Amino acid sequence: MHKDFEISIDTLSKIEGHASLDVKVRKGKVEDVKLKISENKRFYTQAIRGKQFTTVPQLVSRICGTCSIAHLTCCTEAVEKALGIEPSKQTILLRKLMMYGMMIRDHAMHLYLFCLPDVFGKDSVLDFDERQHELVHHAFEVKKAGNDLSKLIGGRAIHPPYAQIGQFLHLPDKNETKKVIDELKKVRSYIFELVKIFYDCQFSFRKRTRFVALTTPDFSFLEGRIKSSQGFTILEKYYWEHLHRVIVPYSQAAGYEFEGKDFMVGALARMNLNREKLHKETKKDLPKYLRMFPSENIYHNNLAQAIEIMHCIDHSIEILENTDFKKEPKIEVKIKEGRGVGVIEAPRGTLYYAISLDKDGKILYGNLVIPTAQNQIKMENDIRTLVSRNLDKDKQFIQYEIEKLIRAYDPCMTCATHFLKVNWI
Amino acid sequence: MKKLKVGLFSFTSDEGCSMIFLELMNDHFFEWEKLIDFKYFKLLKSKSELKDLDIAFVEGAISTFKEEKKLKEIRKKSKKLVAIGSCAVNGSPSNQRNFFSEDTRNEIKIILDKFGHRDKVSALNEIVKVDGYVPGCPMNENKFLEVLNKYLKEFRVV
Repeated sequence: MHKDFEISIDTLSKIEGHASLDVKVRKGKVEDVKLKISENKRFYTQAIRGKQFTTVPQLVSRICGTCSIAHLTCCTEAVEKALGIEPSKQTILLRKLMMYGMMIRDHAMHLYLFCLPDVFGKDSVLDFDERQHELVHHAFEVKKAGNDLSKLIGGRAIHPPYAQIGQFLHLPDKNETKKVIDELKKVRSYIFELVKIFYDCQFSFRKRTRFVALTTPDFSFLEGRIKSSQGFTILEKYYWEHLHRVIVPYSQAAGYEFEGKDFMVGALARMNLNREKLHKETKKDLPKYLRMFPSENIYHNNLAQAIEIMHCIDHSIEILENTDFKKEPKIEVKIKEGRGVGVIEAPRGTLYYAISLDKDGKILYGNLVIPTAQNQIKMENDIRTLVSRNLDKDKQFIQYEIEKLIRAYDPCMTCATHFLKVNWI
Repeated sequence: MKKLKVGLFSFTSDEGCSMIFLELMNDHFFEWEKLIDFKYFKLLKSKSELKDLDIAFVEGAISTFKEEKKLKEIRKKSKKLVAIGSCAVNGSPSNQRNFFSEDTRNEIKIILDKFGHRDKVSALNEIVKVDGYVPGCPMNENKFLEVLNKYLKEFRVV
């Protein structure tokens, strides 16, 4: 029907940051797809050079507003490894809790505020009618519970000041802890409905996909082996050797391939590769939904995120109810030359930091690979496939389908540099 | 009933202030729904319109010529313009390239030229008139509420 046409989306909405997209179809063939991350570079890689190691985790936290805790935690881990610091068991537990708070808040923002409007055929959560208003209440309560959990542990949900190299400056207050446990228990009941919505949702985009994720023994996003759906198992410190950086000339961020091929990181990858490690309460209550995995339907990334919210709630309640946090001796840091790698699972996928320090503890170089950059090539290839499969449909339909698919990936352009404009040229 | 016509704009930054705004919505959404008409808010809606705004809340510093142009357009179409967060208020930390050594500047020059970056990253008030400030990284929540409530009264919405 449309032998020749173009689509240009200038600013994609309901994603984190700025990006645009150009699609060009000639003689019934998709000739060109350009996903341009138009977020402006802020040159963090350059800015951290020469800075004292103690200040850097809090600085890189500013790379991303929504997942600042992931950047902070991953960079902290890399610095600790470079200096041979081993954080205490309690510090690791606090980190897990702080990460869970972020995951709950960030996934809830994406699912309720960015994706639900697509499910209900509305432009925005601001247009929801009376019937959907209850879900808006849920949205803000769930987000708040995550926010309050991160605040309890880190002092603030965005750029948390208590989280430091080797330790936390402050321990959770007992009364506040009780309140947060109650909040988590209350919002847990809302997650059943959220999971069901994304299970019942008929959106589908299926394609052979290679998945990569850090698989952790308690699904806590912090420490483990990196696994891929092709059967690779990789130590954190060797991850970089399996990645291939691809310069995308029209984008302000680079893309990555894994073992020379496009791949996907994020909640769907984690669910496909590591779901047996979810919290026992989550597994007990959501068996029907867990049977959907492994899945190659990109929209199941949203179902996976909803299940992850439940896991984060369950594991947080368990830790908070069973741990008596005690003041610990200050960590002694011996400054020395060294290199360290930190790998964690951020909300949107595997996050990699390599930090190299000189003998005075100044940063020689830092290298980081963020989840959206790893998904970028696959997103572009998927858009190409999506357009090819729908050439008989009208342009408006195709454009909306593209936006929906990109949203399902939950990209973060702020991280990748920052969102999407489609320009059909 | 009259509503305050508000736009939220994001320039070079980590969007942490937008995130704080979404967190403030946890407690204020149902109150603001009655008082505020979000005309421009890319994070929450596709159909955003830059026209006749009462207040533009602007996050981020200005790094490119395109951003500079857009900021001037926002200024023209808004009665009040409020800088939110440290990047918008004083440029930092998004302006860190302003302080790079010559070597590092040379290293990044190719990117700056290719994507239309200005020589320096600027705070909003270096380019347009700014009516209000909410400092902090991320922005201070109480100060934001104070500024918003002031304008709700000033525009006779409450």
